[in-house]
Amino acid sequence: MAATQTSTGPGAAAPGPVEAVPDRPPARRTRRVRRRPSVGTGLGLGTAVLYLSLIVLLPLAVVVWRAGKDGPDYFWQAVRTPDSWAALELTLGASALVALVNLVMGTIIAWVLVRDRFPGVAVVDVLIDLPFALPTIVAGLVLLALYGATSPLHINLAYTQAGVVVALLFVTLPFVVRTVQPVLLELDRDMEQAAYSLGASQWVTFRRIILPNLAPAMLSGAGLAFTRSIAEYGSTVLISGNLPFKTEVAAVNVVGRIESDNVTGAAAVSTALLLVAFAVLILLNLVQRWAARRG
Amino acid sequence: MGRTTRTVAVLAALALAGGIAACANGSGSGSSAGPEVTLSLVAYSTPQAAYKKIIKAFQGTPAGKNVKFKESYGGSGDQSRAVESGLKADIVAFSLEPDITRLVKAGLVAGDWNSGEHNGIVTDSVVVIATRKGNPKNLKTWDDLLGSGVQVITPNPFTSGGARWNVLAAYGAKSKNGADKVAGVTYLASLFPHVSVQDNSARASLQTFVGGKGDAMLAYENDSIFAQQNGQALDYTIPDDTILIENPIAVTKNSAHQAEAKAFLDFLFTPTVQKIFAENGYRPVVQGVGGPSFPTPPGLFTIKDLGGWSTLNKDFFDPAAGVMAGIEQKLGVATSTSPSPGSK
Repeated sequence: MAATQTSTGPGAAAPGPVEAVPDRPPARRTRRVRRRPSVGTGLGLGTAVLYLSLIVLLPLAVVVWRAGKDGPDYFWQAVRTPDSWAALELTLGASALVALVNLVMGTIIAWVLVRDRFPGVAVVDVLIDLPFALPTIVAGLVLLALYGATSPLHINLAYTQAGVVVALLFVTLPFVVRTVQPVLLELDRDMEQAAYSLGASQWVTFRRIILPNLAPAMLSGAGLAFTRSIAEYGSTVLISGNLPFKTEVAAVNVVGRIESDNVTGAAAVSTALLLVAFAVLILLNLVQRWAARRG
Repeated sequence: MGRTTRTVAVLAALALAGGIAACANGSGSGSSAGPEVTLSLVAYSTPQAAYKKIIKAFQGTPAGKNVKFKESYGGSGDQSRAVESGLKADIVAFSLEPDITRLVKAGLVAGDWNSGEHNGIVTDSVVVIATRKGNPKNLKTWDDLLGSGVQVITPNPFTSGGARWNVLAAYGAKSKNGADKVAGVTYLASLFPHVSVQDNSARASLQTFVGGKGDAMLAYENDSIFAQQNGQALDYTIPDDTILIENPIAVTKNSAHQAEAKAFLDFLFTPTVQKIFAENGYRPVVQGVGGPSFPTPPGLFTIKDLGGWSTLNKDFFDPAAGVMAGIEQKLGVATSTSPSPGSK
């Protein structure tokens, strides 16, 4: 409940979407911001900031710092090295595609799990999370056995960019499903019934009633899938064949830089990935806010 | 801190000493029994099986009686970087010299590590052409690999330091040991279109090859023997011209047990141990130790013949200007007609 007592941290600048009572003038919110936080808030905030710094912010800062150590020119040169650039292009393109596919398929799966009753639904529900539990290198091995040169299904995707995409789809499946599912469960079905009774078609009901409610969850799930994809190493390293300029993903390229004792180059390529991920996450956040305000 | 702690420590030390004395008396060789020492061996993964046997043999000698080992195995480059960033090591064993050079630069290995009788090299091997059992496509020479439709497997030389041996073997063989650079580079440029998979390590390549991909694999002789010993169906041919792979080893400068580490290092060059290496597929660096025999190919050359690691790493494996970067780039541009759901 400490969260409802507006904090003084960086988050305070953001408008609290839930707690603002609509008919109050904005001045009230400003006053609340200035109020001293309670001991509980201070403690919680302190713990959160310290934890975040040690676990996330410091490591990320060190990567960025390493990348910029030899100046912006060197950073840019390292990122634009042809093999790194090709790896970045492939990784970002494949990740975007994976996020899109997840956006659609994840939502459908969540829909089926929540709305449809069929035998074994609980089992499928449990299965969804398993890709997270499997060590990604094992996922790579299994995919290679299934969709490689000796595929029992006669589908050979190994050592192609399509193979990279399939590996990424496997490891990112749970994200959209797990973000959309709870929202769908909470969704008030009376709204849908009302729409139907007012003569709206199924498509209109979906587009005007259901989709706006699901969109924030879908987008944040897709964002997670995207950021997870651009960093993926284990599942892609076997199935991609690591052909530079063709199937080598950014993470493998980074490993190559480290092997060549070019830590700054490795940090530069990693920082490029971080920057894109950061931009995408911000963009998704803005889209969600814009949609929320519009809705 | 207090007196009690100290008392306990003294008692513990006494008990330990007593225990050791008792052991020493028990084994009947009282005098040389020092306190027990633990050496940490940080090595690349391939010789793991050999080291298990060697350590057991060492502990059976007077010098190794009280020496215990903490072993760590992994990719050569990864292990070297781990030691560089602080992993405690008394002895380091890597697959190629630059991994030791890294530690020399970091001040962890003495600059004269390779000045001894064996130049710091504990085992040798050669790059071979591994094929399917019975060599159905009759691939025996470097030129055979360029035959139409022949698929070759070799690891990505940028992610696998060890894969650089393969590239340089091919280069050296076709460049008359580096004299005709153009011919060597031309050969590499025609070889790599045949390379359909570039795994991130030699072990992963072996996995890929055994899994059914490719007609030939550039491999280390010891890895091929290891695979055969483990029942994998493959054959290998030693090309007439190929490179001598040299695996370095060194004692670290900051080792707290210099004498014991040095003793272990010396032990590795005894005929007994060199024979164990030979049985595990490595070429011994000491002659006449018995065990399996390894034919010396007529055109064997060394990394030094080609100019040494530091020059070669810069000329061939620089990600921006290296020969291999250029070859891979041309390939990527020329053949990127494969399905491309992502790029661009």
